Amino acid sequence: MAETLVRVRDVRKTFFRGGERIEVLQGLDVDVAQGEFLALMGPSGSGKSTLLNLIGGLDRPTGGSIRVGDVEVSSLSGGKLTAWRARHVGFVFQMYNLLPGLTAERNVELPLLLTSLSRARRRQQVATALSLVGLTDRARHYPRQLSGGQEQRVGIARAIVTDPTLLLCDEPTGDLDRKSGDEVLELLQALHRDQGKTVIMVTHDPHAAERADRIVHLDKGVLVGAAA
Amino acid sequence: MKFWPLLWSSLRRRKARTTFTLLSIVVAFVLFSYLAAVRVAFSAGVDVAGADRLFTTHKTSIIQPLPSSYQDQIARVPGVVLVTHASWFGGIYQDANKGFQGVFQGPVDPVGYLKMYPEFKVSDDQRKAWMEDREGVLVGETTAKRYGWKIGDRVPINGTFWRKKDRSTIWEFNIRGIYTGGKGVDTTQFLFHYDYFDEARELGQGIVGWYMVRIDDPKNTTAISKAIDAIFENSPAETKTVTEKALAQGFADQIGDIGAIIQWILAAVFFTLLLVTGNTIAQSVRERTNELAVLKTVGFSDATTLGLVLAESGLLAILGGGIGLGLGVMAVGAGDPTGGFLPIFYFPTKDLVLGVALVFLLGIVAGLLPAVQAMRLRIVDALRRA
Repeated sequence: MAETLVRVRDVRKTFFRGGERIEVLQGLDVDVAQGEFLALMGPSGSGKSTLLNLIGGLDRPTGGSIRVGDVEVSSLSGGKLTAWRARHVGFVFQMYNLLPGLTAERNVELPLLLTSLSRARRRQQVATALSLVGLTDRARHYPRQLSGGQEQRVGIARAIVTDPTLLLCDEPTGDLDRKSGDEVLELLQALHRDQGKTVIMVTHDPHAAERADRIVHLDKGVLVGAAA
Repeated sequence: MKFWPLLWSSLRRRKARTTFTLLSIVVAFVLFSYLAAVRVAFSAGVDVAGADRLFTTHKTSIIQPLPSSYQDQIARVPGVVLVTHASWFGGIYQDANKGFQGVFQGPVDPVGYLKMYPEFKVSDDQRKAWMEDREGVLVGETTAKRYGWKIGDRVPINGTFWRKKDRSTIWEFNIRGIYTGGKGVDTTQFLFHYDYFDEARELGQGIVGWYMVRIDDPKNTTAISKAIDAIFENSPAETKTVTEKALAQGFADQIGDIGAIIQWILAAVFFTLLLVTGNTIAQSVRERTNELAVLKTVGFSDATTLGLVLAESGLLAILGGGIGLGLGVMAVGAGDPTGGFLPIFYFPTKDLVLGVALVFLLGIVAGLLPAVQAMRLRIVDALRRA
């Protein structure tokens, strides 16, 4: 049995919108094992992206505990949380979120700018990440010169360039056609399988979710079932 | 330096907007440089005036003449070290559009004048040549360059006020010397022999325009001034003796408080510039909310994000301000734009330093609010908005 990497306990998240209290997550418990590929599914507003953001330290829970490895993420202060995120988490977004004014390699290099690595070492890591996603020949291209699938692969390269513990993907194929989506999913599977990355992927798409080791369903902020 | 591509790409995001903002900063700093030079031009006389030099003029006005006999009487006042005189000539070279009337043309005592103004630098050969030629002229290098004069040239000047005894208004002079001077020294003057002028003029023999008086100690200014004026009290030509600085200040005040006017103009320009630059950075940050959220997601701290936006604002200010100050230095270096009415025209070092300080201030102040907004940006909210 693999060791548990992410341990979510009794996590609650409440928003206030227009004076109305919205309970997005209502006492959620979930564990993700080291090296697991987990798919989070559920209808819009079910709280799956919110859960992903909480695990990744982009947001804080209203209550409960989130532990990643030895770190109690939910209790980290702002600066420490940012530093932890930079070191341990890679994010892949639905809309790729590449900086349009930077080439693919510069986009991938962004997380490394915060490290003390030399320029040569950064270049080397960027080249490795781009080669892992099969885009070595597109390193000098700007996002506008790439297809959607290629942009998403650059996004994945940016997410893995620091060799994070955890890869969090929010609808990574949501804006792609089937073919490009499959390529991206294969890439995520390969990273999970060959590099041992722990991947948590939010998706609406059952076809995408099938790639995961395990699927967790959320509805109205609670877990409704799990499938292996 | 590793953040340079990020900064540069942010500025290049909206090229037209960045270019127009950059141009407005450039124009503002060119204007700053030019107005600083204009302010100096109007106040230079005050700033560089010798503390140990007094001016004795007619009590009514400087345009009223004084008898040349006053020189010896002034020289006898205790504390007076040197006395010399000058007069106004006001001639035209070639035609009135040449601007020669803006140049001070003075019949002077060559020996006394150069002793009084040691800041006028002239070679021994040229000094000697000027002393020995009664029709000789010592001219400042700025004026010589302007009219293309060189040593040995014979220059006809049309006296608009002073006629010669033969009723001719044309006075011919020989260029015998060209003097130079450091920063702040008027190098436009056209100086010729009073003796030649006094003998040749049709009317007014024995009168001079004013006296310059060197005293032994600036602390004695008031006492010596009073003593000089007391000699000529109740005479047909009473005198008024003031420091050179007070005289220069008086001339400047006749035009108005140029310094204050220029300060207000610049304050308005820089306030507008602040709004323009601040708006550019604010718009840029607003448009890049998503990108900033991504940067924070990958680990950019609040402080780094703040620094990035401030650096972007600073870069814009440094680029625009640097180009503007550079162009300003070149434009001012090209010389007095009025053709002689502003003989001391330069961009003072202290204003250059102030300009550089303003560049940095602009960069910080214009970028501060957008930078704080970027720093406070909540990642989840920003990504959701996108």
